[in-house]
Amino acid sequence: MPGLADKRLVFVTGKGGVGKSTVAIALGIAAARRGLRTVVAELSGQARAAETFGVAPPSGEEVRLGGDGLHAISIDMERAMEEYLHERAGRIGDVLAASRAFHAFAHATPGMRELLTIGKAWELAQDRRRVPGARPYDLAIVDAPATGHALGALRAPSTFAEIARVGPIANQGRTIDATLRDPAQTAVLAVALPEEMPVTETLALRRRLRDALGLEPAAVVVNACLPERLGPRQARTVAEALEAVPAIDVARAALRSALSEHARACGQREQVARLAEGLGAPPLELPYLFVERLDPAALATLADRLEELL
Amino acid sequence: MSDGVAALLADTRVCVVGGSGGVGKTTTSAAIAAGMAARGLKVAVVTIDPAQRLATALGLDELGNEPHRIEPGSFADAGLLLGDGELWAMTLDPKRTFDELIEKLAPDDATREQILANRVYRELSDAIAGSQEFTAVAKLHELAQEGDWDLLVLDTPPSRNALDFLDAPDRLAAFFEGRALQTLLRGGGAGLRLIGRGTGLVLGLLKRVTGAELLSDLSDFFRLLGGLLGGFRERAAQVEELLRADGTTFLLVTSPEREPIEEAIYFRRRLRAADMALGGAIVNRVHADELGNDGALEGLPALLEAEAGLSPALAARVAAAFADEHALAQRDAANVAQLGARLGAGVPLLQVPLLDGDVHDVGGLVRLGAELFADGGGHGAK
Repeated sequence: MPGLADKRLVFVTGKGGVGKSTVAIALGIAAARRGLRTVVAELSGQARAAETFGVAPPSGEEVRLGGDGLHAISIDMERAMEEYLHERAGRIGDVLAASRAFHAFAHATPGMRELLTIGKAWELAQDRRRVPGARPYDLAIVDAPATGHALGALRAPSTFAEIARVGPIANQGRTIDATLRDPAQTAVLAVALPEEMPVTETLALRRRLRDALGLEPAAVVVNACLPERLGPRQARTVAEALEAVPAIDVARAALRSALSEHARACGQREQVARLAEGLGAPPLELPYLFVERLDPAALATLADRLEELL
Repeated sequence: MSDGVAALLADTRVCVVGGSGGVGKTTTSAAIAAGMAARGLKVAVVTIDPAQRLATALGLDELGNEPHRIEPGSFADAGLLLGDGELWAMTLDPKRTFDELIEKLAPDDATREQILANRVYRELSDAIAGSQEFTAVAKLHELAQEGDWDLLVLDTPPSRNALDFLDAPDRLAAFFEGRALQTLLRGGGAGLRLIGRGTGLVLGLLKRVTGAELLSDLSDFFRLLGGLLGGFRERAAQVEELLRADGTTFLLVTSPEREPIEEAIYFRRRLRAADMALGGAIVNRVHADELGNDGALEGLPALLEAEAGLSPALAARVAAAFADEHALAQRDAANVAQLGARLGAGVPLLQVPLLDGDVHDVGGLVRLGAELFADGGGHGAK
């Protein structure tokens, strides 16, 4: 039982194209249903959550989605920096935030974007919010970047703390890092597809996460699993029927199509088994959705499945 | 059009394969490189993050940040004869490429050693905005200069946003150029020298929010790298020139899903704005439509019972699988049509049908290559 509902911060990561955003938003829907005041935080200018719900948020601002405690934010580095400076140094911070030289400095400093972004995600999950008048969230779900970048971002606070040794950034870095490393507060949710490369990358992520932060993924989700419509014997029957070459085109096409799906589903089963073996536990499977687009209704069906992670 | 992707690369010396994450960029790049080698060319493919089994199959696990020749045997076993052609491959090590770049551009040994030993550089150089993307094109440029390749294929870094790649030279150049920054930091470090009161004020404030030590390390870092600015600017200009050169072609790879397609369309606009040539788009994993119209789905279970002798339960399942597949095929067709319309008639569009197996070994590459190099790109039923 991952018990994600008891955490404050959940990072959703995985290989590019596996459906991280989809899982993050669906998990947000599930958490909000549970009565948790939830925010889905997206990075690098993405605003999939808001777009899905037809809301157009100003960049960097928290916005309500639907009615039930679900919110979204597209984290903006500039905004996060201004908030940090204001909270740290009040008027002085505001002066810095307005300085062009300072902006150039912040943008050029390697890792600063990652640090500020992670810092903002952390801030969303604090009881005492840095943003004046902002209410705390029970759960902040971060739609994190793809695996490699996500690990870099998660390590940014401790890297900065080490380099700076003393001073405000060092202290802040240590505080954030302690939260990230605390399994009672922070969870990483790994998303995979039932295919060779994403499975391999998920297993590698697990090792790297352990090395980098001493964390285990709280849960692994396999997205887009095809239905197993045919058993082995049924598949043989269908294959034999196809070999007999039915005269009607559409009948042949239907048989081919069912066999093709069956072959892909079998390949997926092997990959899910490989993942389960590597993890030592079965991952949570989400069904492939035969829909034109992932609207809130489609995401709600995925949320049904994700509830067990809470 | 004949020859599928080969026709798009007729006069190409450098092929950059772009697209968002998870659409099959790496395997497509490798399949293109192998197919062109089989046409007698000496080809090198630079991959960024290949699947483990593919890497093993191609011998990409080997250390070294240089291409090495792939044994033609494994391809011959899978049915692709390389003949007189040569296939070379490498996996880019961005950190090492960046180190090599620093080594080349450093004005003297002392500066080079200081940069490589600088704590900010050591801990954070892979976080320099755009560095991974830039090292990829820098490597490409180096290979184009030094090797006698008929064709270079570059697989671009896995990133959520395909545009990071195009922005990289600019972002990295801005990083080096930051004049305001250099002015600001010239006063930092050991010998504090104030350059105007405004700057001094900002510097003082900065110390309060970052801490003096971090500021001093960063100041050293920027000062050291600042010495490489000239060489770096020159390199960035050469890289841009290579990307705009006549023999350079971009291929866009996408899946038929909405988001990668939206991104591909945006990527196209950016390429055009940057005056870079788009050779074509490749849509992977397209569900084939074997059904002309929706009407035929009705009564299909009964037809399957009568024509194929299936039990009612099995007939219903087969019909359901077909109906779902058909819906996906229609979705894909609509998305691909949208892509075609937005890219414009001048941009060839190759469609690769969804293959039954995952592509992660030489056999898979050869199968994917057969689709890519088939007439019209292998659109339609197999």
